[in-house]
Amino acid sequence: MKPAPFAYARATTLAEVFDLLETHGDSARLLAGGQSLVAALNLRLASPSVLLDINGVAALRGISFADGRLRIGALTRHAELGADPLVAQHAPLLAQAVPHIAHAAIRNRGTIGGSLALADPAAELPACILALEAVLVLASREGERRVAARDFFQGLYQTALRGDEVLAAVEIASQADVPCTLQELARRHGDYAIVGLAAQSARGALRLAWFGVGATPLRTPRAEAALAAGDVAGAQAALAGELDPPEDLHGPPALRLHLARVLLGRAAAALKGH
Amino acid sequence: MKLDLSLTVNGEAISARVEPRMHLVDFLREVLDLTGSHAGCEHGVCGACSILVNGEMVRGCLMLAVQAEGAEVWTVEGLTESGAIAALQEAFVARNALQCGYCTPGMLVAAATLLKANPSPTREEIREGISGNYCRCTGYHAIVDAIEEVSRA
Amino acid sequence: MNELSSVDRPNSYIGRSVPRPNAKRLVAGRGQYVDDLRLPRMVHVAFLRSPHAHARILSIDSAAARAAPGVVRVVTGAEMAEVCTPWVGVLHHLKGLKSAPQHALAVDRACWQGEPVVAVVARTRAEAEDAVGLVEVAWGELPATVDMEAALAEGTPVIHPALGDNLAFMREHVGGEPDACFADAESVVVQATFHTGRHTGVCLEGRAILADYNPAEGRLTAYHSNQAPHMMQTVFAKHLGLREGDVRVICRDVGGSYGIKVHVYPDEMATAALSKILGRPVKFSADRMEGMVSDIHARDHRIAARAAVTKDGVITAMEIDDLTGIGPYSVYPRTSAVEGNQVVNLCGGPYALRGYKARTTVVFQNKTPTCQYRAVGHPIATTVTEGLVDLAAEAIGMDPAELRRRNLLADDVYPFKNHANLSFEGLSHQACLTKLLAMMDYEALKAERDALRAKGVYRGIGIASFIELTNPSPFMYGIGGARISAMDGATVRLDPDGSVAIASGVTEQGQGTEAMLAQIVAGAVGVDIARVRVTTGDTETTPYGGGTWASRGAGIGGEAALQAGHALREQILVIAGAMLQAAPEALDVRGGAVVDRATGAERLPLEELGRIVYFRGDTLPKDLPRELVATRHYTPKDYPFAFTNGAQASYLEVDVETGFVTLLKHWCVEDCGTVINPMLVDEQIRGGVVQGLGGALLEHCVYSPEGQLLSGSLADYLLPMSGEMPDIQVAHVETPTKESALGAKGAGEAGTAGAPAAVQNAINDALRPFGARVFAQPFTPARILTALGKI
Repeated sequence: MKPAPFAYARATTLAEVFDLLETHGDSARLLAGGQSLVAALNLRLASPSVLLDINGVAALRGISFADGRLRIGALTRHAELGADPLVAQHAPLLAQAVPHIAHAAIRNRGTIGGSLALADPAAELPACILALEAVLVLASREGERRVAARDFFQGLYQTALRGDEVLAAVEIASQADVPCTLQELARRHGDYAIVGLAAQSARGALRLAWFGVGATPLRTPRAEAALAAGDVAGAQAALAGELDPPEDLHGPPALRLHLARVLLGRAAAALKGH
Repeated sequence: MKLDLSLTVNGEAISARVEPRMHLVDFLREVLDLTGSHAGCEHGVCGACSILVNGEMVRGCLMLAVQAEGAEVWTVEGLTESGAIAALQEAFVARNALQCGYCTPGMLVAAATLLKANPSPTREEIREGISGNYCRCTGYHAIVDAIEEVSRA
Repeated sequence: MNELSSVDRPNSYIGRSVPRPNAKRLVAGRGQYVDDLRLPRMVHVAFLRSPHAHARILSIDSAAARAAPGVVRVVTGAEMAEVCTPWVGVLHHLKGLKSAPQHALAVDRACWQGEPVVAVVARTRAEAEDAVGLVEVAWGELPATVDMEAALAEGTPVIHPALGDNLAFMREHVGGEPDACFADAESVVVQATFHTGRHTGVCLEGRAILADYNPAEGRLTAYHSNQAPHMMQTVFAKHLGLREGDVRVICRDVGGSYGIKVHVYPDEMATAALSKILGRPVKFSADRMEGMVSDIHARDHRIAARAAVTKDGVITAMEIDDLTGIGPYSVYPRTSAVEGNQVVNLCGGPYALRGYKARTTVVFQNKTPTCQYRAVGHPIATTVTEGLVDLAAEAIGMDPAELRRRNLLADDVYPFKNHANLSFEGLSHQACLTKLLAMMDYEALKAERDALRAKGVYRGIGIASFIELTNPSPFMYGIGGARISAMDGATVRLDPDGSVAIASGVTEQGQGTEAMLAQIVAGAVGVDIARVRVTTGDTETTPYGGGTWASRGAGIGGEAALQAGHALREQILVIAGAMLQAAPEALDVRGGAVVDRATGAERLPLEELGRIVYFRGDTLPKDLPRELVATRHYTPKDYPFAFTNGAQASYLEVDVETGFVTLLKHWCVEDCGTVINPMLVDEQIRGGVVQGLGGALLEHCVYSPEGQLLSGSLADYLLPMSGEMPDIQVAHVETPTKESALGAKGAGEAGTAGAPAAVQNAINDALRPFGARVFAQPFTPARILTALGKI
């Protein structure tokens, strides 16, 4: 289980990243925390010809808050995300999610940018970003463009990122003092959830973002509306029409639909008790 | 293709040339003969390759050696010689918190990391703290006992 | 002073929780596992494995692989067959068992996904893997026989046409009068169909071998991660055309085994053969993904079972019908029929039945081969037996602990032969159950469960009594023609400095074998344990023996060491008697010195005796024997197996909304006879319990209908981790075997034997208010929710 050979280049500026992407095109992969990518390399599930290590790019680091918006650099590691006071204040949903992500050693290396760019549909952070209605900042030589989370996740491991782009940061409108909850059911500590729910209240409305139930993290607008109106049972019923979960080793689609309803009830209780 | 790599391992300055594809635990084992860290699954699940890089616990199989350029790496060999984990090692032996010993170097790193962050963990917190480290032999109970004993000392 | 018993002497470490002498090395990262070893000119092998469950090998083009950087040799099955002869995994005493010849590399046809087909040897493992990717095999896919239920059906492809059908083995057994019991109008009959999921061992150290054939000497040295070096010495010699004396197998530190590393694996045989072909050291270290499809699997059983119980609580009979799929070959040399055979032997074992009827049907299929894995057949038999007992208790409205108390064999009936023809020398079911119930405070726990149930919290208590087969005699394998030693030897030697060296045929994989041997010998000779050192796992330097499996290390290897230690002490006393002008009977060895037996007064330190014997023998009488080394062997003779017994309990909570199970606490009381080191035994039990809990709740080798392993990574094959495992309280009842002076029986498999049954019964107890039950392992949320009618 050794990776196929590849070349390796380190970038320290975004300009270098863009140069390298231009030179190597689709045969290159960006290496951030590497906690999914290096495993895929070891398993030879990925065999890029060159890895572009962006860990030294200072412009992709840091967490800041200005003008009511939290900006989280793409290279922010999960452990940093979980410990950051600005995140805890303005996007507590993310802080809640961090302890559910794998194990301490993984959280020390894995990055938010890597997680979002990989877009594993069972991962916590993509769903949180969706529930937070965050904006993803995509950088290329042409400059930055901003993509709403709902437009970013396009399919199984598919995102709006173009081959010449780097995910630079995530921007989130402050959710300070707004109730939120992260609920998930995983077989063991740190496992990907069978079903998970990131729920964020928002000025009388409610955003429910699900993970582990489809090809991408998903919002369920009808359930959101019902729950916002206080109709938990109605929201649970609505899920049947809004979720079409896959069958896998955990069980049939009905398992996930059932568990989603349970999580919805628990999320409603958690939000109420907030 | 091989790249130059300079780093500090167990306090010793190391220079080597490595293939980019070599992960850090293979580098430690194959190039430096530091065979205490083990490659148990090579996909980040078992924790047998847990080591310290710049003071933080990482999976040695999920980091390329070339990514450790300039880093300070500590493995069970160095942590033993420095005495940094002596209390844990003593408790592991005294309580038989190991059988085959294959998970033990990684388990010790996880335990030391846990106790650094939380010097007085509950048994549940200990179980959570080592939940990313697979042990097929012990049933975990004695490992939890040993860590608990050190936390109370 | 009264005469001291053999295990109750000064310096006796029997029954003491002494830390293991080898543990300090392991916590310092100074173990020597096979992958840690490196030899001059060593090369690495990687295997192209079949991607198909069943396919013809039409052609192999390895030109690109041969030309790849670092590649030393590419070998196909046909070439390999010229060096390494095939084997057939059958034993004569398992009547009717059949299997097909198996090669180190598949010839013409691959029969499971993961079967090694082409070997690529290169300078590094990475280069070998690169070149494996360049080998082009033209496959002709064949229909795969995957579902064991259909293996014998009309129209199902026969995997080995020469065998006629897919039936590997069948055995039926009837004892007593089961039919009359089931026909009894006054009895209630309960029944269920149980499924035990296919598991694998997942030793953290994958299988590994470093084979070093030296053509100048014509000798093979194999550094092997293995439990049975002498068995492998025979196997390598036989199939590589060498004399046994020209094969040396060395097992240093072994990173877990649990029965996984006691079988003959084609990739390991191929590695040894490649070393012979190349005349240089070849290392194979199975990575996790190839381990998942090539380590033996186990426990793929479906069991239809029923029991008859009278309304006043007498369990009169059990009947079981077991079906198991073992993959395409019976594994060599222990065979893959043993597990099913054990299910027939062990069901109903703890109980005083009037009738017993059992059948196992063992079939071939195109999946990874199965074979003996920790607690062979026991967790299956216990799950079935104890599941039936709980059903019986529910059917007649009796407390399950009370029903067990009434039906478990009484502690004073021994020796006893049951209706499965098992002979029990001495068991303690009643004492173990009594101790278990006290330890868990059964009545208080029931009250707590009932109080919480009223609040909508669903907790369950599950109990499981069990028997465990240990200390096997030649009746296990030798009688069937396998060269697997049931006897083990120990050599104990006094060196001039007064230290004692032991060499033993049993092996260490972390159980504490070496600690156990040191404890026994320190006491038997009369020295401090710090002066004892132990060598195991080397066919060249240890007495011939079977190794460590089937919970035989302490009971057999330990007894040999005890006898050798006694013999050495007698030798010391004869010499000391001559030196001290005293009768040997008036002397003893204690604390590393010869002492006056009556007063304990020190007469002669052993280092002084050693100095005189080794360096100044001229001062001793000419005719005085000077042997300070003794070898003794031991094999059980009175009973085919030393059965042990015990009882376990699980307390858990089922979230009836999600189907998730939270383990709260687990208890085990077991009787392995003389407990040599309670700390080591307790953690053996706990480790075994967790292996059982893993199987009950998490672990499962799931296959697609095409025969592809779907849970082939550790992300999908869910192992028990610390976060979900409970604290496990262990206690003992001691009924020493009278066959040996030591009195030790095995303890290695008791935990695994009983844990799944306890969990199954606890879950069904928790679900009882809903009338829901689960009998298919692993007990997943999906299965529990299905039983609850929620999905």
